[in-house]
Amino acid sequence: MTAPAKFVGRSVPRLEDRPLLLGQGRFAADISFPGQWCMRVLRSSVAHGKIKSIDATAALKLPGVHAVWTAQDVAHIPPIPFRLTGLKTLEPYRQPVLAKDIVRYVGEPVAVVFAQDQYAAEDAADLVEVGIEPLRATMLATEQPGVYEHGLTTEPGVVRKGYGDIEAAFRKAHAIVSLELSIGRHSGVPMETRGAVARYVEARDILEMHGASKVPHWNRDTLAQMFGRKRESVQLFEGHVGGGFGIRGELYPEDILVCAAALKFRKAIKWIEDRREHLIAANHSRQQTHKIRAAIDSDGRILAIDDEFFHDNGAYMRTHAATVPDLTAAMLPGPYVVPAYRAIGHIRLTNKTPCGTYRAPGRYESTFVRERLLDAIAAKISVDKVEIRRRNLIGKSAMPYTLGLETLGTHIVYDSGDYSRLLDKALAAADWKNLHQQLRARRANGEKVGAGVAMFVEKIGLGPFDTVRIEIIPDGTIEVITGVASIGQGVETVIAQICADALGVDYANIRVIHGQTDRIDKGMGAFASRVTVMCGEATRLAATQLRGKALRHASELMQLGVDKLDIVNGEIVRAGGLGPSMPLGELAGTLSAVLSAEDTFESAHMVYPYGVHIAVVCVDADTGAVKIERYAIAYDIGKAVNPKLVEGQIAGGLAQGVGGALLEEFLYDENGEPLSVTFADYLMPTAREIPAVSILVTEDAPSPLNPLGLKGAGEGGANPVGAAIASAIDDALGIPGAVTQLPISPQRLKAICRRI
Amino acid sequence: MKPAAFIRHVPRTLDEALKILAQVAPQDGRILAGGQSLVPIMAFRLAKPAHLVDINEVEGLDHVASDGQILSIGARVRHAAFHKSVLDNPLGKLLAYVARHIAHYPIRMRGTFCGSLAHADPSAEWCLVAATLDATMVAKSTRGSRPIAAKDFFEGIMSTALAEDELLAEVHLPLLPADAKFGFNEFSRRAGDFAMAAALVTYRLANGKIADARVGVGGAEPAPRRIAQAEAALNGQAPSDKIFRAAAEAAAKAIDPLEDHQTTGEYRRDLVRAVVRRALEHSHP
Ligand SMILES: Cc1cc2nc3c(=O)[nH]c(=O)nc-3n(C[C@H](O)[C@H](O)[C@H](O)COP(=O)(O)OP(=O)(O)OC[C@H]3O[C@@H](n4cnc5c(N)ncnc54)[C@H](O)[C@@H]3O)c2cc1C
Repeated sequence: MTAPAKFVGRSVPRLEDRPLLLGQGRFAADISFPGQWCMRVLRSSVAHGKIKSIDATAALKLPGVHAVWTAQDVAHIPPIPFRLTGLKTLEPYRQPVLAKDIVRYVGEPVAVVFAQDQYAAEDAADLVEVGIEPLRATMLATEQPGVYEHGLTTEPGVVRKGYGDIEAAFRKAHAIVSLELSIGRHSGVPMETRGAVARYVEARDILEMHGASKVPHWNRDTLAQMFGRKRESVQLFEGHVGGGFGIRGELYPEDILVCAAALKFRKAIKWIEDRREHLIAANHSRQQTHKIRAAIDSDGRILAIDDEFFHDNGAYMRTHAATVPDLTAAMLPGPYVVPAYRAIGHIRLTNKTPCGTYRAPGRYESTFVRERLLDAIAAKISVDKVEIRRRNLIGKSAMPYTLGLETLGTHIVYDSGDYSRLLDKALAAADWKNLHQQLRARRANGEKVGAGVAMFVEKIGLGPFDTVRIEIIPDGTIEVITGVASIGQGVETVIAQICADALGVDYANIRVIHGQTDRIDKGMGAFASRVTVMCGEATRLAATQLRGKALRHASELMQLGVDKLDIVNGEIVRAGGLGPSMPLGELAGTLSAVLSAEDTFESAHMVYPYGVHIAVVCVDADTGAVKIERYAIAYDIGKAVNPKLVEGQIAGGLAQGVGGALLEEFLYDENGEPLSVTFADYLMPTAREIPAVSILVTEDAPSPLNPLGLKGAGEGGANPVGAAIASAIDDALGIPGAVTQLPISPQRLKAICRRI
Repeated sequence: MKPAAFIRHVPRTLDEALKILAQVAPQDGRILAGGQSLVPIMAFRLAKPAHLVDINEVEGLDHVASDGQILSIGARVRHAAFHKSVLDNPLGKLLAYVARHIAHYPIRMRGTFCGSLAHADPSAEWCLVAATLDATMVAKSTRGSRPIAAKDFFEGIMSTALAEDELLAEVHLPLLPADAKFGFNEFSRRAGDFAMAAALVTYRLANGKIADARVGVGGAEPAPRRIAQAEAALNGQAPSDKIFRAAAEAAAKAIDPLEDHQTTGEYRRDLVRAVVRRALEHSHP
């Protein structure tokens, strides 16, 4: 017997907010240990060059300075390994912890200073003299690959995916549509910069790292391996995390350096990144150029898509290895029937900050490209852009739909979906017909206003597993212990809601412990919108098991059959009626062993939510500025555990999507000097730039891959924003295909306007 | 992002401040006013002044006063002092209108009018106001006091006629005629950002014709200034779309545009054309 859902599906308040609202959050910078040393990273100011000399004599003479390290001090530490999609050919391109003979981007760690405080560390870093002989910087991923080093080119690998007979499709095509499109270099810029505090606990022979996030268990195992330590002797601790977005919580050189120094000096070592460092040292993302063609029939139905793209990965292959280009190629077909497909993705290295994943990795990019293509097909055969999508959508009856591509070690099988139904709902929510009439009338009056639409399929998860242990503590608290992580998205609330329903307790009495490697042996962390799906189902399994256990114990004590008992609001009661009751905590107190259960959810497949975005923009033709007047999102999540949190995820994703579409861009000059190193140059959207958004969350297509029907919420708000805004701008200008490059800065848009 | 070491002096009187400044100026001593420009630069270590003369406690520098001819603004007066009109003259409304475009609320609570002029960012709104209205800057040092006309004050990007030992003690803005109209417009990529181009215009109508036109442009050249060609296009003409466009065109043509990695000269001219026209179209009252 399972209790009716009391918490799942409701927008209950977040459990994690109290300390945050009281200013009691414990972020990386809040963690300190007595006698700690501060670490300052000295970074290359040259994009590509040979290190000729590093002289730290003057720095070492400053009071309060303890040590200065260069590459030779960390020669025993291997380069940072890959976490995902690590092809063998990419290995020689991994980043060393400190640059050895060559520097490859401005911002690359060249030396580190350890000092008694941050001031002394920065003063000393200013005094370290680094001699670098500049080499030619490679700034374009689209140019012919050059030499990386002996025998290696600047093209570490090529991602190839496809199926069907491309040549035949193009031969028999009614028409061919070709585009060249590019996406700008931008990234997740969390409010909290990176930070790490390591210490060695002599008494227990344990290396601790605080300030971990995202994937603490994987990082623990990797650190143990890199330092040749037993994994139990390395422990990672996640505190509050001020945003992750894919980039924060990966293993970076600085994480390795604090650990190495803690081991060497037997002191706590603290490193907190400043914003300038963050903008040149933490993972960048997104920069790609695509040359895409579609073969279509006379009705605009796609016969084949052929895409060649150039992925600018910056100077090294970091932990994500080929993940982003792989996902780009794999997710490009989206919600449409594409009978034949080929994608060739060139991974190219340039002398810029290395790249990794960023919210909707590979999808923000490929959705922009695919949806531009759909708009171009519509223009080619003169049909409406909604109609062209309808004609090409995968039908509901085709579900589950095997795409014929693989990514991240899984076959892509869209588990469920009714794409055209969601399109209908989105259009109705935006009042599309009237909207169009209004916009047409305004355009006739000289205003440059237009509407755009974009569709997408998201992917969620990747198991392969998640394990959860639930304990009932005699004081009545329920502890859920998991190896996922919280980057601020509401993990504690959502997991508590699922546990509450399955167990029969109030969600507010549940404490969710995450991100602590000493509390649970295994864990997968928080990425790819996986937590609610994977950890949620593991929680449901463990809670269900625990409920059975509790009822069996209670049945002995209360002299009643298990089928006569129920758990309601944390108390064991006689099913459906009066009589004695017993709080779960009290029951736990009577037992000699801990009242607990552990379960694991394994899944070899991802789940695939989907959505529609509609943007209405007004272009200022005099200045090239774009104002987003309205924005509407429809998203099918399968099952929303907490609808308010889903909306929050979508709204936040939209803001980042708008950033990448209109504002955010890491620019470089021709010598590789970064030009976007402060928040005055790297333009994050603010409340003033983000439009009011209407969000429709539907549950039409629950996932068949888990009993609650869960899919994830993290990335659908960001995924198609560039595509939808580009489509709206085309409409406003009356030029199909006007936008070919993101972000659409006013300078670029004015240049387009000048042509009309 | 910690500044290099410095010594902070906190004088209580103007004399004391000027004395300390005279002493420390040769060792890169600087005045600290609202700190909204200086402190970030120090955090990035782009500036490493050895001494700061903090004028926030100096008496007698916090006045905003009018004698019926000019408005004097002391060195400690914050941007936020202008959120509401400070006097019964169109100038009060003009300052209130412009103030809202400077940065964000917390920055306006600390940043000073005079600090903005001394810092001389080409895009700063107050610099544009000073240039357009022909303000007079009063510079003081142990050597004495001297007035500097706006057209002589701004020398280039973040560079002014102030000597290193001089404090900009106050600014004098001439009041506007009671029947003056003003218009202001700026373009920036986000609300609160420094303008990529800004225009301030004032004029009167005499028998339905524009008189005493002032057209100032900021953010487009190394320093803000009045554009005589645009003013000439307006004076003696009845306000009309055509005349406003002609003035905007004249301004766009007259400037020697600042260029950067993203902004071509052509685009800067486009922006100047747009902001001048809009300032004229939306004039107050
Ligand atoms: C995020 C952000 C956005 C901003 N946006 C804008 C904007 O849109 N428009 C705008 O105009 N400004 C903007 N500013 C700058 C802000 O207005 C500053 O307050 C102003 O430029 C300087 O004033 P301050 O009093 O803070 O000067 P400080 O920072 O204290 O000093 C600046 C410089 O002027 C010198 N100085 C200061 N006062 C005097 C004086 N009385 N005599 C001689 N020298 C002096 C100092 O020595 C220093 O070199 C922005 C600032 C920030 C941080």
